[in-house]
Amino acid sequence: MNVRLLDIAHARSGDKGDTANVGLIALKPEWYPVLSQYVTRDAVAAHFQGQITGTVVRFELPNLGALNFLLHGALDGGGTLSLKTDAQGKVYSTALLRMVISVPDAEAQALGLPAAV
Amino acid sequence: MAEGSQDKVVRVASGQGFWGDWLEAPRRQVEGGQVDYLMLDYLAEVTMSIVQKQKERDPRMGYARDFIGAMESVFPAVAERGVKVIANAGGVNPMACADAVLAAADRAGVRGKIRIGVVTGDDILDRLDTLLAEGHELKNMDTGEPLANIRDRVLSANAYIGSTPIVEALQRGANVVITGRSTDTALTMAPLRHEFGWAADDWNKLAAGIVAGHILECGAQCSGGNCLHDWRNIPDLANVGYPIAEARADGTFAITKHPGTGGRVSVPSVTEQLVYEMGDPHAYITPDVVADFTSIRLAADGENRVKVHGITGGPPTPFLKVSIAYRAGYKAVGSLVYSWPDAMEKAELANRVLRERLDRLGLKFDQVLSEFVGATSTHGPLAGDGREAPEVQYRIGVRGGDRAAVERFTREIAPLVLNGPPSVTGFAGGRPKVEEIVAYWPALLDKRAVSTAVSIVE
Repeated sequence: MNVRLLDIAHARSGDKGDTANVGLIALKPEWYPVLSQYVTRDAVAAHFQGQITGTVVRFELPNLGALNFLLHGALDGGGTLSLKTDAQGKVYSTALLRMVISVPDAEAQALGLPAAV
Repeated sequence: MAEGSQDKVVRVASGQGFWGDWLEAPRRQVEGGQVDYLMLDYLAEVTMSIVQKQKERDPRMGYARDFIGAMESVFPAVAERGVKVIANAGGVNPMACADAVLAAADRAGVRGKIRIGVVTGDDILDRLDTLLAEGHELKNMDTGEPLANIRDRVLSANAYIGSTPIVEALQRGANVVITGRSTDTALTMAPLRHEFGWAADDWNKLAAGIVAGHILECGAQCSGGNCLHDWRNIPDLANVGYPIAEARADGTFAITKHPGTGGRVSVPSVTEQLVYEMGDPHAYITPDVVADFTSIRLAADGENRVKVHGITGGPPTPFLKVSIAYRAGYKAVGSLVYSWPDAMEKAELANRVLRERLDRLGLKFDQVLSEFVGATSTHGPLAGDGREAPEVQYRIGVRGGDRAAVERFTREIAPLVLNGPPSVTGFAGGRPKVEEIVAYWPALLDKRAVSTAVSIVE
């Protein structure tokens, strides 16, 4: 089953230099393992391919039901150098929530995950 | 520890998350209910260079001027009810900031009741060459470049200092503490250290103070502001309550807000703030302690109240982070709006035409960036191709070292109104302004090279 992250998580993003961070938080604690298993570093790197020039780093925060992604080279130099509208990476959060992951049907149904439309 | 001290609660209220935040918030925080400390965070990296430029023009300037108005709005609470204020409003001129607060106190008739602790020592601009000569490299943390590459363009240089001098100011009886470039989190942690007598190596408690500081440092961003979770149902943002940390000696605390205010303090709202601007959560490095954000536990504790506990930390590194601002060329950004039908295609044609003209002029830039606001500017191709957008703002920016080239660029946008694609508007603002870019050079400096000082003025 395809699941859109917007339907199972919320997020906030910010900047540090030319790096954007996105904290991805499960909407229900029992959905955190889905994020942890399927929203991999490589999947996020593929999602943002062409939009960031550097690597993606992933950290797990199980206590908070959250993952933290560092997107290097995401901000056209960052801070005051950047010419981007989103120079501080404030809405990379919702860009990540566009991502669709594939979860085995049985698992998705057991967890009550909403299907992507 | 005195009997009953485990019951002691210290309330730190956040009243500003940046210079430019809601002017009403400080007063609302001291009048809406009981608080012991008001924490005001004014400094972002960009702020330091702004205040440095202001100080160059006028040696009495160089601090966050909003702070004076904020103090005027809270003088009654400070002078009559014992609320203490801690702010990094000093910018690159904390003493001038203190003088301005005292002058305002004079005007308000409370001068005798204001005792200001001024923290200095973070400003290392005048010592840069000495530090380099002593072997401190101040290499760029991100790129490894030596500072010599930009030394002649440096505008300001400040070390991020920790909670210790703020604690000292409080111990010496200050009821207002003004710092320059202290860490945002120290503004919250220092009063907790002071009130609870936490030892300088009580890592878990210090880490808890840092986590409280991180939650509070962006004002309402943890209490319903900019909160994506269930955003439609967050009540009464017009009357949003700024956060308050109610801390105990054991390093646990609750985040809440005043009764009757809008917004929402919930586990999701606090979690969003916890992950904001997060790097490696295992090592949130501050001058006082390295906090482990993966240890944090949150629990709903009644309406608009979240309990925070379980926090662990470890010893800090031997370094302070230094932020050096330097002149890095020029930039300008201009825009035009294209309307239906075929708004995106028209904007894209305008982009091709303008770029061809820039090429023919032989203008050289380090970067030319085109965006299509309303279509793909923030989410790029993830948002589709913009073909359905009823209107699109074409936004183009350039940056480079040649001011004349950037200036010439600013004159190439308006002509498109008459000699480019049709259905164009939104140019009433005139030519874009050329801005000098002040960029940031992050570096590490041996802690022993920085000594802070506290002066009491009243």
